[in-house]
Amino acid sequence: MAITGSGYSPIVIDHFQNPRNVGELSDANAQASVTNPVCGDVLQLMLKIADGRIAEVRFKTFGCEAAIAASSLLTEMIQGKTVPDVQDITPEMITAALGGLPKVKLHASALVEEALKEALEHYGASHG
Amino acid sequence: MRRVYLDYNATAPLLPEALEAAVPYYASVWGNASSIHHQGREARVAVEDAREQVAQLIGADNPFDIVFTSGGTEAVNLAIRGYAYGNRARGQHIITTRAEHPAALDTCRALQQCGFDLTYLPVDGLGRVDPEVLAKSIRSQTILLTLIHGNHEVGTLQPLATLVEVAHAQGVPVHVDAVQAVGRVPIDVAALGIDLLSLCGHKFGGPKGVGALYIRRSIGATMQAVVHGGHQERERRAGTEDVPSIVALGKACALMGQRLADEGNRLEVLRDRLESEAFSRIPEVRSLGKSDDRLPNTTNISFAGVKGEALVFNLDLLGIAVSTGASCSSRQGVPSQVLEAMGVPRQVSEGSVRFSLGWGTTDDNIERVLNVLPSMVERLRMLSPLP
Repeated sequence: MAITGSGYSPIVIDHFQNPRNVGELSDANAQASVTNPVCGDVLQLMLKIADGRIAEVRFKTFGCEAAIAASSLLTEMIQGKTVPDVQDITPEMITAALGGLPKVKLHASALVEEALKEALEHYGASHG
Repeated sequence: MRRVYLDYNATAPLLPEALEAAVPYYASVWGNASSIHHQGREARVAVEDAREQVAQLIGADNPFDIVFTSGGTEAVNLAIRGYAYGNRARGQHIITTRAEHPAALDTCRALQQCGFDLTYLPVDGLGRVDPEVLAKSIRSQTILLTLIHGNHEVGTLQPLATLVEVAHAQGVPVHVDAVQAVGRVPIDVAALGIDLLSLCGHKFGGPKGVGALYIRRSIGATMQAVVHGGHQERERRAGTEDVPSIVALGKACALMGQRLADEGNRLEVLRDRLESEAFSRIPEVRSLGKSDDRLPNTTNISFAGVKGEALVFNLDLLGIAVSTGASCSSRQGVPSQVLEAMGVPRQVSEGSVRFSLGWGTTDDNIERVLNVLPSMVERLRMLSPLP
C-alpha cells in the first residue's frame, strides 16, 4: 500500500476529494440503502440498469473518508458494465482497487459491496 | 504547505526556551543526578532547580512535594494506584467520574479487577460533577476521590474548591488530574487544599516523556511506590532522572507561570472567535461543553450531517491539524466515553471535532480555518444521504 503523508493511498485521497457520481437517480430501477451498525456509516446506492448494463449510477454516503472513497470508486468500477460483470465483486477487490486500506477501514469496502449486492437483488426481485 | 496546528490537547511544540535550557543537559551536563561526584552534583542542582519551578507554577509550598515521573499518565497511575494500595487497610472504595481521561479510568478499572470498589460519578451536560451527588456517594470505606480538571475532550473545569471541601468534610483526600489545566489556568494546590495533583510537560510547551505528581506531605506518608528499584525522588519513584527533560519542564513551567494570565486571555479570544464565527458561518453546529468554566484553549464543535473523522481528514489534507474522539480506530466504535457521559447523543458525538489552541496559535491560523471550514462542511453534507 502506497502510504502518502495522510496515511492513505493517492487513489483514496483522489476519490475523497473528487468523488464521482454523487447524487440520486429519479428513475433508478435498482437501489439500496445500507448502514454499518458499528460505526454508523450509511450508503445509498442508486442504479439505472438498461439492456442488461448499468447505464447510470449515483451514490450518497454519510461516513468516514474511506467510506466516501470506496463508494465513489465502486461507481466507477460498475458504470457501463453488465450485471454478470459486477455481481462477483468482493470487498477485497474494492480494497485493492483503492490501493489498499488500513485494517480498521476495511469495513468501508464491506459496506460498499453489501450495497451493490442489495441493489442487484432489488433489481433481480422486480425483474425476474 | 503552510500548516496550522490546532491539536494542543494532544501535544504542544516545545517552547524554544525550554529546548535551549535542555541542550546542555544532553551535551555536557550528563551525570546521574544521584552520583556523589562532580558530574552527579551538577545534574542534581539542575533537577532541584526545576523542581522549584514546577512547585511555583502550581502553588506548592515545598518543592520536595513534587515527584518527577515519565509523564502525566505515570503521575496519574502513581497517585491512584500508589494511594489505593498504601491505604487499602483503611478502606477499598474509590470515587471517580465517568468523564475521566483513560489514564485515570483504566487505572480505576484495573483496581476494580483487584478487588477495589469503584463509584463512577455522573457528570452533567457540561461535564461537571455535582457536589451533592459527590457528598452522597462518600462512605466510611472511601479512601480517595480522583477527578479530572480541564477535560481533554471538551475543556470542562470542575468547581474544585467546592468538591475538595465536600470530600475533605468526610475525610476523603482528592487527586486532581490537571494534565490539561496546568500551564493554561491558574492552579494553587495549597490554597485549594488539593492532596495529589498530576501534570505533564507536553501540553503547554514542555517536553514529552516527563511529568510530575504533587503529593501533600501528610498524604505521601501512606503511599506506596509504583515504580520500584532505587531511592530516587525520596523513595517515591525509582529510576535515574531524565535531567534534560526535567530541566525543560521546569523552564516551561517558569515561562508559562509568567505568561499565564495574558496567554489565557489571548487564547480565549482566539478560541471564542473560532467558535462564534463557525456558528455564524455554518448552519446546524453545536458546541459541546461550552461554559464559562472551560479551558481557554479548547472548543469541541459538532457538525450535523458529517462525520467528525471525515472533517479531520479533510482538514489534514489542507494542512490543518485537529482531532476527534470519535473514529473507527478508537475504542471499538464507541464514539466518546466523555461525550457519552455528558449525555451527548451518539450522532452528535460522531460529528464532533476538537480544536485546541496553544502558544504558537495565531490570528492567521484561525482565519485560515474559518476560510475553509464552511465550504468543507457543506461539501461533506452534500455527499450524505441523510436529511
